[in-house]
Amino acid sequence: MSNKEQIAIDVRGAVKRYGDFTALKKISLSIMDNEFFTLLGPSGCGKTTLLRMIAGFEDVTEGAIFLYGDEIENLPPYERPVNTVFQNYALFPHMTILDNVAFGLEMRGASKADARTRAGEMLELVQLSQFSARKPSQLSGGQQQRVALARALAPKPKVLLLDEPLSALDLKLRKAMQLELKHLQRETGITFIFVTHDQEEALTMSDRIAVMSAGEMQQLGSPTDIYERPRNMFVADFIGETNLLEVSVDNIAEGRAVCHLGGGHELTCNEVEGIGVGSKVHLSIRPERLFMSDEPAEGESLKGRVKENIFVGTDITTIVDLADGPDFIVRTSNSDRGNKRIFEPGTEMYVNMELGAARLLVD
Amino acid sequence: MATAKSAKFDIKSYKGFKAITLLCLFVLYAPLLVVTIYSFNASASLTVWEGVSLRWYADVFTGPESEKFKLAARNSFVIAIVAATVSTTIATLAATGMVRGGKFKLRTVSFGLISLPLMVPEIVSAVAILIFFNSIGFDRGIMTILLAHIAFCIPFAYLPISARMQGIEDSYEQAAMDLYATKKQAFTKILIPLMMPGIISGFLLAFIVSLDDFIITNFVKGAGVETLPTAIFGAVKQGIKPNIMAISTMLLGVSVVMVTISYFVSKSDNTK
Repeated sequence: MSNKEQIAIDVRGAVKRYGDFTALKKISLSIMDNEFFTLLGPSGCGKTTLLRMIAGFEDVTEGAIFLYGDEIENLPPYERPVNTVFQNYALFPHMTILDNVAFGLEMRGASKADARTRAGEMLELVQLSQFSARKPSQLSGGQQQRVALARALAPKPKVLLLDEPLSALDLKLRKAMQLELKHLQRETGITFIFVTHDQEEALTMSDRIAVMSAGEMQQLGSPTDIYERPRNMFVADFIGETNLLEVSVDNIAEGRAVCHLGGGHELTCNEVEGIGVGSKVHLSIRPERLFMSDEPAEGESLKGRVKENIFVGTDITTIVDLADGPDFIVRTSNSDRGNKRIFEPGTEMYVNMELGAARLLVD
Repeated sequence: MATAKSAKFDIKSYKGFKAITLLCLFVLYAPLLVVTIYSFNASASLTVWEGVSLRWYADVFTGPESEKFKLAARNSFVIAIVAATVSTTIATLAATGMVRGGKFKLRTVSFGLISLPLMVPEIVSAVAILIFFNSIGFDRGIMTILLAHIAFCIPFAYLPISARMQGIEDSYEQAAMDLYATKKQAFTKILIPLMMPGIISGFLLAFIVSLDDFIITNFVKGAGVETLPTAIFGAVKQGIKPNIMAISTMLLGVSVVMVTISYFVSKSDNTK
């Protein structure tokens, strides 16, 4: 039924200024129908402002927002068929759980009986039927979160907006809710716009992610795109762990660049679009793309000495000191211990990677 | 900080703490206690105790002055109810504007203007109101008392209401509007119910302040119109009789009950 090509939310050149301060600098993006879309960024990057502009709580200083083709940026929140799950849930404390969930339906003109029937169904969907007569304060954080979700989904919004809804939950519950949200999105077929500062959460749940910083969109793409092919230094640094090194480009030939790391170490990188010889650029290598050996392996190898091994549960993180060069972080999965070697601190060894593991970043 | 307080620094261990406390309590409550006890005196004398009796309470309702007191009491309660209702409504709107109005110019000035009447000497207010009514040619009577009461009750009603409102996050109204409630519906269905403890508390406070008021009332009341406090004052001028103590004790009782309710309502949370 859903049409993947249809644009659910189209933000065109949206600007938000508070006095002299510009919170959003001309953001344009299209969110597709039935998509799980995430706005990801550190606090103060403008992600919540953008969400609140879509919901109607913030005026748009410049630009336009379209919802399935209709221009909505001048409509009050109660005339926009989008619903929000608030960060603090904002459940009405003086109403029962059932009345909370029925509220939106009643405001839309459903009879009290109809609204309550539908609210009951929604509570069943989030497995909270037995709590329908309680007040919000009598529920745990996780339960309140689900009520907020049921309340926002009950009026069948065209787009559901979620403002860091999982940030108040503990880790275990958060992981469970991540999956539940993802399933709920698939089942209902409603477009979700999810705001978070947690990159792992964004990678787990999203179809596409917009990485934001300082009021600007840094990169828009699938989780794999953003993780494997960060477009700039901010994205590489913000998403996951990475070895971020300042290098100078010595030579470019046949689509490959030779980069100088300092201390006589050199690495060859491909994908050199926009890179010039002699330019100082940054290089990003994910720690899990590195492996260690006694002898230089095929591909790129750098000689170094193990400084320290840190056990982090699923992985072992090794800090390697390149002679006269920068430090490297190497991550070895515990499940990979049969194939990959771990060296004792002080051991001389080689850090290796495939060509293409190191990415040059234009800034 | 988290450890048990050392007894050395506990204020209860200061020299004379107990004595000063008892002295203060005595000064505050001894007169009220005397009036209350002697209102149950069987004797017609103010100072000689002759045993427990409800004689003077009966006198208030059936004695020679009973008609005067009943009329005054009726005036007092009608004025207090109407004044408290109107001033609470105005105070609720004022609090909504002040707390939900965002940062506007003159906000501090507005707050000062709302609460200033609490600090202005009442006699000054009384004279000012009297001059005002005279200058516009408003005949003194029940209406002048009522208008004056509404005016001076507003800051009393405003304080608990705005205190309550400051504790209500605006995300509730946003959530309501997000769920298709208009501004008016968000106000009546979400904000007002959440503010209700503050509103009730403000109403009761305004009610008591109106019921007890003497100075302003005495200035603006017309000839022959009495409220309970002015009627008591009038009676006292002709000599204190024990029935005055009985009326005072009853008035005290009403005040205590109201203030207690107001306290518990403002503490209570309708969100649980």
